[in-house]
This record gives sequence, C-alpha cells and structure tokens, in this order.
Amino acid sequence: MLLKMTKCLAGAAAFCALTAWPAAAQQGLDEPFQASFKAALAGKTVAYIPVAMNFDLTEGWFAGVKKELEPYGMKVIVRDPNWSTNAGAQALTTLISEKPAAIIVHNPDVQTYAKLMQRAENEGIFIIQINMGSVYRSSAFVGANWIEIGERDTEAVVKACEGKSNKIAIVQGALSAAASAYTLKGVENILAKHPEVKVVSSQAADWDAAKAKAIVQTVLKQNPDLCGIVGFWDGMDIGTAAAVKEAGLTGKVFVATSGGGERKGACELVKSGAFDLNVSYDVPTQAADMAAMIKWLLSSGAKPGSVKGSAYTTLIPITRENADSNVACWNLADLKK
Amino acid sequence: MRLTQQTIVFGIFAVMFAAFAVFLPGFATTQNIFTLLQNVAVLGILGLAMALVVIGRGIDISLIAALAVPPGLVLQMVQDGYGLPSSIVVALLLSLVFGAINGWLIAYAEVPSLFTTLASGLLLAGLGQAVLFKLDVVQWSPGMDGFDWLGQGNLLSVPMPIVVFAIACGLVAFLLRKTRIGAYIYAIGDNPFGARVTGIPSRPIIVLQYILAALIGCFAGFVMVASVNSAPTRIFNSTLIYDVILVVVLGGIGLSGGRGGVLNVVIGTLLIGTMLNGMTIMDVSYSAQNLVKGVVLLAAVIADSFLNPRNEETAQQGDI
Repeated sequence: MLLKMTKCLAGAAAFCALTAWPAAAQQGLDEPFQASFKAALAGKTVAYIPVAMNFDLTEGWFAGVKKELEPYGMKVIVRDPNWSTNAGAQALTTLISEKPAAIIVHNPDVQTYAKLMQRAENEGIFIIQINMGSVYRSSAFVGANWIEIGERDTEAVVKACEGKSNKIAIVQGALSAAASAYTLKGVENILAKHPEVKVVSSQAADWDAAKAKAIVQTVLKQNPDLCGIVGFWDGMDIGTAAAVKEAGLTGKVFVATSGGGERKGACELVKSGAFDLNVSYDVPTQAADMAAMIKWLLSSGAKPGSVKGSAYTTLIPITRENADSNVACWNLADLKK
Repeated sequence: MRLTQQTIVFGIFAVMFAAFAVFLPGFATTQNIFTLLQNVAVLGILGLAMALVVIGRGIDISLIAALAVPPGLVLQMVQDGYGLPSSIVVALLLSLVFGAINGWLIAYAEVPSLFTTLASGLLLAGLGQAVLFKLDVVQWSPGMDGFDWLGQGNLLSVPMPIVVFAIACGLVAFLLRKTRIGAYIYAIGDNPFGARVTGIPSRPIIVLQYILAALIGCFAGFVMVASVNSAPTRIFNSTLIYDVILVVVLGGIGLSGGRGGVLNVVIGTLLIGTMLNGMTIMDVSYSAQNLVKGVVLLAAVIADSFLNPRNEETAQQGDI
C-alpha cells in the first residue's frame, strides 16, 4: 500500500515536471547575436559601381544583392559609369566622401581604381571586388577564376579535337581587359601540355559579336578542318557561333565559351547547338556570395582592410546534358521578383 | 592624268590585293573574297548613308545609334510577343522620326550638323538603354526566325549582306546621279548659299538627307542583327563611327561637300576590307593591325595632299 502511494507520488512528480517544461519553453530564449547583427546592417548603405549597367552580369548582381540586403533595412545604390573609366573613378571618389558601409567595385582594368579603393578602405569603407580584381587586394573578392575558365574551355576543345585535325582558333576579348589576359593564360597552360594542338588564329574581337563573326568566318574559310574554337565571352561568341553555323559546321567545330549563365544567352544557345560548352560563373550565386561577405564583414566589427579574402565562384559547365535543367541558368526577370 | 585621292586609294588597294593574292595562300579564292566583302558590308552600307550626308556638306555622327536602336527594338518587341512585321514597321517609323528631327534641327533651326547629330545620337542611344531594352545585348527569339536570312542566307550563292550592300549602292547611285534630288544635294554641298539663291528647296532636301541616312542606317542594322543573331546595342560605345567616316574620307569624298559618289565609298570599303581580311589570315595581333591601318591611312592622306595641294584656287568656302 505504502509502496503503491510512493509510486503514485513519484508518478505525479514526474507528471508535474513534464508539465513545467513546456511552460519554461514558452518564455523563449534570446539568441545572443542576432540583435547586434541586425543593428550592424540596418540603415547602412552599400554602393555598387559596375563598368556599366544594362547587361546580364551587372544587372543580375545588382538585383541579387538588393534582394539579399534590402530586407535587413540596407540601402543598395548604383553609380553607372556606362563604360567610362573616368566616370567610374569619379563616382568612386565621390562615394568615399559619402561614406557608405561598403562599395562593390567591378574593375574595368587592374590599375585604375587600385589607389582609390585603398583610400576607401583606409577611410573605413569595405571594398568588395566582383569578377574583375585589381592589383589592390581589398577586404573581399568574389568572382570567377579566369585562368580556370580558360583551362576548362581549352581542355574541352582539346578533347573534342582528339583524332581530328587538332587545329583550333582562339577568340579573345579586349586586349586591355585583364579577364581576357587571364583567360588566355589558362588557355596557354593547357596548350603547353598538348604540343600536338595547333593554334591557327588567336585574335582579339573586342567583346564584339560582329568582329568575332568576321574573324571566325575568315579563319574557317582558310581552315575548313578546324576542330574547335575557344571563345572568351558568350555575348561575343554569338558571332562566333553564327559564323560556324553559316559555314555549315555546327557540330563539327566545337565551340567553348563562358559567361554569366543568363538563360537566353547561355542555356538556350547551348540547346540550339550554337555552343557546345558554356562555362558559367552563375551570377545569382555571385550576388549571394557578395551579400554574405557584406553581412559577415559588417557584423564582424573588423576594420576595413584588416582582413582580406577571396571567394572564387564554383563554375557550372553548361552542356547539352544540363541545359534543360532549371538551375543551370537564371533569368533576370525572376531574379528581380 | 591627274591623280585624285580616289585613284591613289584604289592604287593602294590594287597593290595590296595583288600582294595578298600572290603571297597569301587561300586569299584569292571566291569563297574568301565573299567573306571579305561580307565582313565589310555593314560598314559599306553605313558609308553610303554617311556619303549622302557628307556630299550635302553635313555629317551624321548619330548613324551608329540609328544602326543599333531601331533594329534592337525589333528584337525586343518580338521577344515581348509582338509580331515581326509590326515590329519592323515601328522600327522604320522610329528611324524616320529620328532622321526628321535631325534634319529639322539642322535645316530649320540651323544647328551645325556635327553638334546636332552628336547630341541626338546620345539621345537615341540613351532612350534605347533606359526605356526600350532590358539588356544591352538583345537576344534572338523564335519569333524572329526567317529574318536571319537577311544576314546569313544566300541569293544565287552570294551571301545576303553583299547583295544588300550592292542594292544599296545601286539605289544611292541612282538617287545621286539620276534624280533631281541628287543634283540638288550636290549643289547644296558645293555652295549652300548659292543653291538657295538659285531657288533650290535646300531645307526640305537637307531634312530628306538625314531621313534617308537614318533609314539606311536602320537597314544596315537589320543586316547586322540578322547576321549575328542578336542586337549588340552596345556597339554605340564603339569606335565604329570613325571607321565609317574613314571609309568615306579615304574613298575621296571631301568633308567639305559637293564631291564624290558611291564609287568612292566602294573603294574605301574595299581597302579596309582587304586590310582586315589579309591581316586576319596572317593572324597579325590586334595592336599591330591598328598600327598598319594607321600607317596606310596616313600614307593615303599624305599622298593626296602632296599631289593635290590645297590653295586658294581649290579651296571651297567653309572648307574644314
């Protein structure tokens, strides 16, 4: 009997303890870091200086960064130099005196903005460089590894050439652009390992589709047995592909290129057979990476310029196999939603 | 025989062509000559538009905007679901209005053509960038299919861009040489005040010149977008306009107006085309190509000023 009562009491105690727990949980537990995180971001401004707006990459980065940061009460502003390096340098100078929390810089070349970016970081502004780095290493760099892009495109072309003529052509971008020079380095790295491959033409087309087409047309007339072309940007290589198509060599000449992975400019053209490989530095991922960097830097309390790091973008090779998938490419309208 | 700039440039072209034909295997083939012509067809068509204006003693810097924006609009409208024919009509109307505004400002408001077209070109390009296009490379959409024949098709095994260039040459030559309007354009270019005094309706003719230039520019743009399967509207920021002026001036159409014709444009275009094609076959680097281009052009201009020195007798009123 006594034993029975003790058992019952113990049971009641256990029951009491059980009911007490949810009561404590209802009071909640403060997560100790989120308030300071929110405070570090709220009301701050992020400025963005692309080389120009109005093209898939820069519009995509802007839309993506805005989408990530605006919900935290941050302001994202853009200064569009519209391809003028001078206007860009001026915008950067003005922004330094306006003191935003961070500036995202898309360098037109490796030199022009270097001194200005250093000054900005000395004045307490974080600099995030996107896709095109400069000689000044700032708090963060987010972007494609151009050398890797050159290597992967060339590897694919060399592989496609096996057992064929081993003649390839290279369509470079603008000579002054570091992205073009870095990509070329990647191409050279692979070609050094394949002495059997002969480069019949290596010309700069200035990122211009019409020039690329003119060059490739001439090259194909001289070398109808060409087995592959390494192009440096999909926006320009639309011209390369048009020349190949006109010569009736689609599928016979392997066209490898790279770009930001915008649906119409990348996946659609791979599906149509214009490109055989388009190495994409997925723009929405880059935008998310930049936003993450900004969140981390602002909430860390670190002094601008005191930490320096890079986040190279994991490349997505777009081929016939994945061009249909929903995640291989993106489109601007969806990113802006 | 008096050596004019036209003959000098033709001579340079002939020598260069012969040298390439002898020393460059694969240059003097029909296929390569077609490629050569095809690659400069758009430049040549633009040269015709510029020639029309320059002969009337004007200049049209806005030609590249006229090349890029209306055809870009066609691609954008088709992408947005409009029909191809209606999009083309809208683009042609835009070119027409644009040319008319240029012409009105120059003929009636008497703003110098250089400043007018410099500003109006910026305006049209800005309109395209800010309002009309979402991205500055407007991509091809399935609704455009069939249109690419204009840039990639063949007519009697001649590539279409060459056919269009030839037709444009014929039309402009006819206009300049066989019609009264053409005669008026030469008269206005030679002496604008004299032309007005003799009763030539010089203001409407000037407006017409700019309208024609804008429309020809738009056609060149159609060929370009059809040829590269997209509208690279960013071409406005390129140095293409200098190449166009170069073709015209190099061919021997003086910027002071009243001289030259379609043949000059053809010769200028051929010289540029031969240089580009030959150097691409030789795989000459980009910087070296610019160097060679500069040297050849300077040589042509210097030869002309040695052989035909300017003096009071040959100078025109308002010579540049």
